[in-house]
Amino acid sequence: MDILEIFVSLGFWAALVRMATPLIFGTLGELICERAGVLNLGIEGIMTLGAMVAWMWVYQGGGLWSAVLVAAAFGALFGLLHSGFSVYLGVSQHVTGIGITLLASALSYFAFRMLLPDVTTPPKIDPFQPYPVPGLSELPFLGEVLFTQSPLTYLAFALVPLVAYGLYRTPLGLAVRMVGENPMAVEAQGIDVHRLRTGAVMLGSAFMAVGGAFLTISVFDAFYIGMINGRGWICVALVIFASWRPGKALLGALLFAAFEALQIRVQQSASAFIPYQFFLMMPYVLSILAMIVMSRRAAYPKALLVPFRKGER
Amino acid sequence: MAQAQASAAAATGAEPVLRLSGITKRFGALVANDAISLGLGRGEILALLGENGAGKTTLMSILFGHYLADEGEIAVFGGALPPGSPKAAIAAGVGMVHQHFTLGENLTVLDNIVLGTEPLWRLKQNRAAALRHVEDLAARFGLQVESRRLVRDLSVGERQRVEILKALYRGARVLILDEPTAVLTPQEVESFFATLKTMAAEGLSIIFISHKLNEVMAIADRVAVLRQGRLVADFPIAEASREGLAEAMVGRAVALPERSRLEPGAPLLRMEGVGLRGAEGKVSLENLDITLCEKEIFGIAGVSGNGQAALAALISGLDAPTAGRFEILGDAIAEASPGAMLKRGVGRVPEDRHATGVVGDFTVEENLVLEAYGGDRFSRFGFVKGVALRRNAEEKIAAFDIRGADATTATRSLSGGNMQKVILARVLDQKPRIILANQPTRGLDVGAAAAVQALLFQARAEGAGIVLISEDLEELLQMSDRIAVLYHGRLSAPVPVEEADLRTLGLMMAGHGTAEHSDEGRHAS
Repeated sequence: MDILEIFVSLGFWAALVRMATPLIFGTLGELICERAGVLNLGIEGIMTLGAMVAWMWVYQGGGLWSAVLVAAAFGALFGLLHSGFSVYLGVSQHVTGIGITLLASALSYFAFRMLLPDVTTPPKIDPFQPYPVPGLSELPFLGEVLFTQSPLTYLAFALVPLVAYGLYRTPLGLAVRMVGENPMAVEAQGIDVHRLRTGAVMLGSAFMAVGGAFLTISVFDAFYIGMINGRGWICVALVIFASWRPGKALLGALLFAAFEALQIRVQQSASAFIPYQFFLMMPYVLSILAMIVMSRRAAYPKALLVPFRKGER
Repeated sequence: MAQAQASAAAATGAEPVLRLSGITKRFGALVANDAISLGLGRGEILALLGENGAGKTTLMSILFGHYLADEGEIAVFGGALPPGSPKAAIAAGVGMVHQHFTLGENLTVLDNIVLGTEPLWRLKQNRAAALRHVEDLAARFGLQVESRRLVRDLSVGERQRVEILKALYRGARVLILDEPTAVLTPQEVESFFATLKTMAAEGLSIIFISHKLNEVMAIADRVAVLRQGRLVADFPIAEASREGLAEAMVGRAVALPERSRLEPGAPLLRMEGVGLRGAEGKVSLENLDITLCEKEIFGIAGVSGNGQAALAALISGLDAPTAGRFEILGDAIAEASPGAMLKRGVGRVPEDRHATGVVGDFTVEENLVLEAYGGDRFSRFGFVKGVALRRNAEEKIAAFDIRGADATTATRSLSGGNMQKVILARVLDQKPRIILANQPTRGLDVGAAAAVQALLFQARAEGAGIVLISEDLEELLQMSDRIAVLYHGRLSAPVPVEEADLRTLGLMMAGHGTAEHSDEGRHAS
């Protein structure tokens, strides 16, 4: 199969949209945290946790949508833990984040093993089925690519304008953006900096967990060890790529997903003479290049990584 | 005293909008404010004058609700102000603009202004109405600034306007400005004063905290002087004089150090046709001629940004000239090396003492030896001699009258004047032949500035030559033997101070009178 053929195939474009979904959730979640001034490196672990919890909920007989809510709740809980250390105690956000990732991933695997000690092949559940949007799914090409997807994919795409509206058009969003820029200014208006940041981190972490859940209860039908596979870290990079803007975050997620989808297909067609590891590497190399180009003039939230303590300048 | 103020307000025809009665605040044994009573009329500009630590900021913090007063009452527009609540102060129409701005740089002007003025959980902002209101205020009070721009793209002066608009947007009718001119360039100060006049004419009452006498004389209707927590003077500006105010602030007649006549000695520093190509966006120096002799102070006047930074970089060895001949003590300088400059005997008092003058988190004793720790006096076999450091610091603290610190205090916590004394102690310890003093008294109060000037005079008397870069013309006229004006990277011919006057120098600073601008000069006259 030649590259051109790949680009005209429906399967490629549909896969791209599907693969972008967890990245959109994760990137939006990280973006909300960072806009409030808190780097959340717990993302990789929180996505793992979301994937495990949602799958387990359904496996134990729970509904799919309630599984999404349960995953979000667990994500928010770990967001609260992250913020307890990094916001209230002012501990290094890097160290806390890595700690959350280690803790959340290990707890997920541990719980998985505890609840299913004897299975060798992970048991399967009935995941979300693609839901063709009435009418729109009849469209040629676009119908199949955009409108015959999992409901969670629709949710992810819908969240982009919602998050953008929330950040740029509501008083609360303005306060969140300001708290990531200059917490003093927020404090001076009588708004509690710590509570505001904690709220943002909890919401963002909930998004991340749903991103993880998408993998187990929509794309696949089982939970595997190591299934998040660095997607969380990619989201952290995509936030920089996006210059902390939701619209560009969607673009970045789609771009990375395109590299990923392309990689799989090129690997199948050309691996005879190029080692397949090269294609595995490709999305990451291309993302680094894209980041170099896009993030030149990136305007960091000024107070990112800076803990706020009352009464200090 | 309250009656006297009431009558003063009545005399100017202004209705009182704010009254502080008997405000007392103690921090432990220290009485920061001692029974202070003050009134403010509608449309009045009151200057609150005092040295650092006189209690100005404490008083304003009580007014704005950051502190609780131990005694006393505040009334705004006739109603009592509940103590200790910034929200109540804002609601009563009191707005405060702090010296350090609290703005979000990556947010627009409008975002910065409306933050916190709407309930957080509302789903929609009324941005159109907010924009209209901001533009109304801006037009009415002469605070022009584009609402859609990002704060990071604004100049310091524009940011200050945003801070003032923030207060006005919240309905402030009494504005407290804490040292508003400290961060502004002279041109910005001028337009800022024009804005203040407009605001006062529109009926706003303004409290202007300052320690700069000439600004107070220029802008205020009335002046109140605080000294060690007590109100020591309160009168209309028409009855004030610079000398009287200085004396009231300091508590004794301030003897401004006088320049003595000294015969200049051998030349120390010589520039002939020196040029320095600036990096992109930086001012280049062209064709500089300077000769600095022993026992001489060579004043460089000019509005900042006309090449002062480049000239200072040359003399301190951070840059080497790209054209011309530059000699120090007879040696031609070809390479940039701050270390070599130090060894040649160049002492440096940098422009920004916090950023490049001291290491804020180091102790006073460490900062005192930053340029000498490698020598035998302070180290042996590569180890620092702690005892020598401590003894040196104790000597210097006593000799230079460095207050509020001992040898192990973090230098960051010193006041500007004391920090400057630390720098001078370090520089003079090296017995420099040449001293580069770049804005040595900027931001210092009268007493501290006088102390710094006296130290420079003393170094001159001992034989050093001093290049004094300053924006303060009065300081230059008081200190320099010869003055030249730097404009757009070119230096005018130096004039002896006896032949210089404020007006001519001011015109030259604005670009009239230097050789290459003689055409403009003719137009202007």
